[in-house]
Amino acid sequence: MANTACFIIVGRNDIPIYEAEVGSAPKREDAAQLHQFILHAALDVVQDLAWTTSAMFLKSVDRFNDLVVSVYVTAGHILFSSFFRQNYLYSNGIKSFFQEVHELYIKVLLNPLYLPGSRITSSHFDTKVRALARKYL
Amino acid sequence: MIGVGKMKLYSNVLDKPLSKGKQEVSLSAFAFLFSELVQYNQTQVDNIAELERRLEDAGYAVGARVLELLCNREKGNRRETRLLGILSFVHSTVWKVLFGKVADSLEKGTEHEDEYMISEKELLVNRFISIPKDMGTFNCGAFVAGIVKGVLDNAGFPAVVTAHFVPIEGQQRPRTTILIKFADEVLKREARLSQ
Repeated sequence: MANTACFIIVGRNDIPIYEAEVGSAPKREDAAQLHQFILHAALDVVQDLAWTTSAMFLKSVDRFNDLVVSVYVTAGHILFSSFFRQNYLYSNGIKSFFQEVHELYIKVLLNPLYLPGSRITSSHFDTKVRALARKYL
Repeated sequence: MIGVGKMKLYSNVLDKPLSKGKQEVSLSAFAFLFSELVQYNQTQVDNIAELERRLEDAGYAVGARVLELLCNREKGNRRETRLLGILSFVHSTVWKVLFGKVADSLEKGTEHEDEYMISEKELLVNRFISIPKDMGTFNCGAFVAGIVKGVLDNAGFPAVVTAHFVPIEGQQRPRTTILIKFADEVLKREARLSQ
């Protein structure tokens, strides 16, 4: 079964505001650097792609070896990005996962004491994202 | 003890549903809160420009949140990528949710390509405010200008937004105009996308 490796939320200035390892992919030693590398490579593609369509879910924007990058852009140009093994891409689970995390993100954003673009440190948010990942992915 | 009888349904705000809730807020409550906001800022600054900037910053925070929330609620997760799209979003949806009605008019500036104006006979936030003569052209609508700026900036359309009084013959109180001046990159991108 294909699993995701990593889920990252990137704020407006290409600064990650939330990262999580979800799914049961086997851990690699250079996992951290690899994820950052894949993510930054995909960002440029997304910036251009985001202006060509008014949909939020951009299915697959980039490839790296056998990992496919899938991105969801919100109205405020916050990017939810996730990497998948090849054969898992064509299912609705990913879109629903992104949509649910989007709702969670809006609830975090509505907090007047939360500075938009800063890291999301709430452990409750973390728990919920992982629960959603287990449910949909 | 206050509230001791109520049962707490949700332990964390993240569990609460993102529903519409009560759509109306008491006008008096808002007027008091806003007047307190203005008075507090007046004590902190030395000049009018600084006061306008602070009100604008307060509005910017609101605008950022309003954009995300409304795109999710009202528009079913579709983003705005075109200039006219985002302007009409501000003019109708945002105004309707915040002030209960759509803005009076949306016009394109005649002198410059990058200027647009949203006009309102009387801004809700200004209804209970009077400006003393010695404050010159200060307009508490700077708060609303900040909201518009927050929405446009976060949607990827950076702009300079200001609020102005425009006197109209035959009316006692001047009309308020929100002037939106877009940055160059917005126009360039718009031209590129139109091809």
